[in-house]
Amino acid sequence: MSVTMVIRNGYVFDPLNEIDGEIKDIFIKDGKIVEDLTGAGLRDAKIIDAKGKTVMPGGVDSHSHVAGAKVNTGRMMCPEDRYKWVTKKSDLTHSGSGNTVPSVYVQGYDYARMGYTTVFEAAIPPMEARHTHEEMRSTPILDMGGYLVLGNNWFIMRHLKAGNIEKAAAYVAWMMRTHKAYGIKCVNPAGVENWGWGKNVSSLDEPNIHFGISSRDIIHGLAEINEMLGMPMSLHLHANNLGHPGCWEIARDSLDVTRDVKVECNMDVEWQKTKIDPRRTQSIYLAHAQFNSFGGTSWGDFASGAKGIVDYVNKSDHVVIDNGAVPFGPATVMTGDGPAIHHLYKLTGNKWSNKDIELECGSGILTFNYLKANPVHSVEWAIGLELLLLVNDPWKTILTTDHPNGGPFTKYPQLITWIMSKKAREATFAECHRWAQDRSSLGGIDREMTLYEIAILTRASPARTVGIAHRKGHLGAGADGDVTIYDFDPTKFDVNDYTKITRGFQNAAYTIKDGGVVAQNGEIMSVPHGRTFFSEPHMDDEIEKEMLKDVKEWFKYYTLGFANYPVPDKYIRNPSPVQVNKPLEAVVGR
Amino acid sequence: MSEVILRPKGSIDIMVEAEVINPDIFAGKTTSEIEQLIVWQGSKQLPLSEFFDVEGSAGSTAADTKIIVKGDVPRVKHIGHGMKAGEIVIEGSSGMHVGSEMIGGSILVKGNAGSWAGMEMKGGTLHIVGNAGDHVGCAYRGSWRGMNGGKILIDGNARSQLGGGMSGGEIHVGGSVENFAGIRMNSGLIVVKGDAIRAVGAQMSGGLFVVGGKIRQLSPGFEYAGTEKNPKVGETVISGEFMKFAGDYALSKTPKGILYASKEANEEV
Repeated sequence: MSVTMVIRNGYVFDPLNEIDGEIKDIFIKDGKIVEDLTGAGLRDAKIIDAKGKTVMPGGVDSHSHVAGAKVNTGRMMCPEDRYKWVTKKSDLTHSGSGNTVPSVYVQGYDYARMGYTTVFEAAIPPMEARHTHEEMRSTPILDMGGYLVLGNNWFIMRHLKAGNIEKAAAYVAWMMRTHKAYGIKCVNPAGVENWGWGKNVSSLDEPNIHFGISSRDIIHGLAEINEMLGMPMSLHLHANNLGHPGCWEIARDSLDVTRDVKVECNMDVEWQKTKIDPRRTQSIYLAHAQFNSFGGTSWGDFASGAKGIVDYVNKSDHVVIDNGAVPFGPATVMTGDGPAIHHLYKLTGNKWSNKDIELECGSGILTFNYLKANPVHSVEWAIGLELLLLVNDPWKTILTTDHPNGGPFTKYPQLITWIMSKKAREATFAECHRWAQDRSSLGGIDREMTLYEIAILTRASPARTVGIAHRKGHLGAGADGDVTIYDFDPTKFDVNDYTKITRGFQNAAYTIKDGGVVAQNGEIMSVPHGRTFFSEPHMDDEIEKEMLKDVKEWFKYYTLGFANYPVPDKYIRNPSPVQVNKPLEAVVGR
Repeated sequence: MSEVILRPKGSIDIMVEAEVINPDIFAGKTTSEIEQLIVWQGSKQLPLSEFFDVEGSAGSTAADTKIIVKGDVPRVKHIGHGMKAGEIVIEGSSGMHVGSEMIGGSILVKGNAGSWAGMEMKGGTLHIVGNAGDHVGCAYRGSWRGMNGGKILIDGNARSQLGGGMSGGEIHVGGSVENFAGIRMNSGLIVVKGDAIRAVGAQMSGGLFVVGGKIRQLSPGFEYAGTEKNPKVGETVISGEFMKFAGDYALSKTPKGILYASKEANEEV
């Protein structure tokens, strides 16, 4: 790795520092961005000429299913997703295979080629945390972290039902440290527990089986715990009723649950002085909003429900969404929401897998193919784009495909093209079912996003939302030396030449990670090992002791021994823990 | 039409992956260029001339190119894989995957063909004079999207899972088949002149399946729908008296698959 680097004369897009296409030099020293280089540092620096090119911070993906048991089951159950997509080994890179669910090596290379350097795994079932870390450790190049699935956890449901939020918070803090997880994920709260009995919930206020707790109570409780601890990221929600016509209403109401929760980020990190405050402002981050923006009442009168979600997001400051777009083509749907996947299985008859994770959560997997000729799929395509184009403030949105649910992450360049070019959208309208036009507002939207806005949606916004903007998602001094150079001259950028946009975002001219070139024009140049980010929240000792006594007692219901539960240190190659709530603040009685 | 003759050199131990034996790839190439085309054998990449003597030269286009393989090549896989035009004649038996994913042109195998012949084929004609292995015209493992166009003719017998996941095109078998022929087919036509063992058309949701001989064990999800004399199947009329079945009700409540079975050969059904 070169010790120092200068990226000369590029057009820089750095939204957290409000730099919109200025010609600027970027300096990197010891893997970090610095203000300037002088003397020997400058003399020995590797110079990259970015004249006539676009320079952005390294891409950050805040929601992608790339590691762990369900991802791997998705690989195993789909040989047809592998044999036509094989990657040969080279002197530098590992062989691999897969289209919608690539093997870990290919995932790392493909993200790096597109200019991404940081990716967060969207769901870690606690019992499968070891497996998840094994795959994250084997993923080349990328810095990673993952969110722990806690929305149907027996301990949390019990403590919240009993009104003992301190105990629940102590449990969350201990679980984060135990499994080396980064944030709190909540999937179909109260519903996944019911799925153990073949049922689901369909409203926010119905008590679930046995625990008698409602989705509203779980969402509010976890959001409160999140802020009591001061976690880097807000609660990350996969709302109820996902994938059913009319589900936008419950999604909107779920977002409203955390409106009164005060945002309190209490991480022991060195914040950089960026122009825009790098601290998150949201108390809830809604995952793959597209799947929760279905309108209509049945598949017959199915329509986009994006407007309901967008109106709410536009008038609220405590919400961020990622869109979870559908770019058409093969996908593998995988989620902790077992009943949602079973519903899709009944609709399609495709290959299906389901799993119950003991006292914690569950999951479902199904092969899927989004077709342009299919009316519902065409509307889903439109919804995914509406969600980005209709929210006025791009800082409230993040671009994803909920990989591999809407489609693989390798389709991001196509997705960027649609939101940058009306002409590209019109070309797709001409190919897909007319419901896309008739049952969404996408056809009437003229907005074409700029490179600056793309840098928000793919860098600054995800970084700020997950609380990593102290080091990712911007190019100010002190940030990690992660830089992407795209071969676009912004002064000659033509949104109507849309195939060129897709090509340009597919293969970055340079992807630089920690000051070293990892990919250049589609070729992998070096394969460093990424870091693993995780949160280490701290809680009052007494409460923790009491909480642990209860956990040990209940461990008799686990098939796993208590000693084998935690993820050992050796599972992490480059640990990058974030101390949370330290020094300990009085959380009791807050 | 220009001809390229490939003469196998002795026997092959580890199977060779030779999707380069394809008129699209040969077109416009000289003899020596064809000799230098790369094939995989295990983990090694070797020139085609390692396994074949090459004579003649290709036409300027694929349509103008005929490849003749003089002899048996049961350990050479993927001949004509994905070919779009032109002609291949194998004057002996071929290995696995002959004509898999082919789009156009024609392949004639004068001997037997290995498994996966015409896998996920989209167009063209594949004629096997001898017997064929398993998975003819079938979807690859894990997938239910099999051949969707073109025509496969087998004069002899085929083994199991013929036309699995078929969604278009035609397969005609002169002899008999074994298990799971037409499993999961949703469109297209399969005609088997001889017998079938069991699970014919299992989980079919559409398409047409004709068995001229005996079905040893009919799937339980098929419902008897009367007897027909000389039924018309696509363009052609099949002579004889046939029992007509609709199915497979094991898969859905409204399947559109039709299965004809010879009345004479299946009297006890």
